[in-house]
Amino acid sequence: MSDLHTELKKSIIEQLNLEDMEVSDIENDEHLFGDGLGLDSIDALELIVLLEKDYGIKLTDPNQGKEIFNSINTMAAFIEKNRTR
Amino acid sequence: MKQLFIRNSVLIRNSKVLKNGQLLMQEPEDLQLSKFLKNIYKERKLKYPKFFKMDRLSKLGYLGAEILTNGQIEDENTALFFANSASSLQTDEAYAESMEEFPSPSLFVYTLPNILLGEISIRHRLNSENIFFVFQDFDAGLFVDYVSTLFSQGKTENALCGWVNLHNNDYDVFLWEIALSGGIDFNEEELKKLYLPTHE
Repeated sequence: MSDLHTELKKSIIEQLNLEDMEVSDIENDEHLFGDGLGLDSIDALELIVLLEKDYGIKLTDPNQGKEIFNSINTMAAFIEKNRTR
Repeated sequence: MKQLFIRNSVLIRNSKVLKNGQLLMQEPEDLQLSKFLKNIYKERKLKYPKFFKMDRLSKLGYLGAEILTNGQIEDENTALFFANSASSLQTDEAYAESMEEFPSPSLFVYTLPNILLGEISIRHRLNSENIFFVFQDFDAGLFVDYVSTLFSQGKTENALCGWVNLHNNDYDVFLWEIALSGGIDFNEEELKKLYLPTHE
């Protein structure tokens, strides 16, 4: 697991108030929404804020979100490719 | 006018939790509110992860309702009638602060006090009348008048009422159930007695 994967999991747990959840509880390929981690639409907005705040990435097309926020793996790949900080 | 009764009541005040006048829980008075709320959640063995996403006003309402009803509201038409004096000001301020950098969506959704009613309705799958008033102080008369009217008009047969106030982390929570039978007479005097004993 890369540092970025771990960092993302920590940020998600903290930003989304996923109490009682630890980094090791989140699988890299686990779905973040729906049956996986069970995040909701407000969480999706928080993830968009997280991308901008921590990695300088501004999502211009909301439709991209579904693909990017599929799992920790997809988020990390997108961040690696587009980060400005 | 139908005769109505107060079935149960809950107070969360000064780091204490009381149900029907009985002390259920007491924490040190200097305990941070966030920790106090989390301790109540754990002590009551609640399993509702959405709790951790709520703002503090909603947490207070949610916890009060869980304790009051033992986690079960049987009548999905149970009306909710709540009030406070500080509206959602504490969350409004936190959201305003976040706007200086990145406005927080999860704070924004709690910038109305009646969201608390939504949280209780979602938790208990209620499809009922609900209203949230902002008064200067706890007004027993208004609660009695409004709830009595709801019952008289046949809009409900059960009601869950509450005063849930929060400002600068000072909180005052008083919840009670109203029904057509059982318990104490629902009138201004009795309501004030239940609200005032430890509120000095």
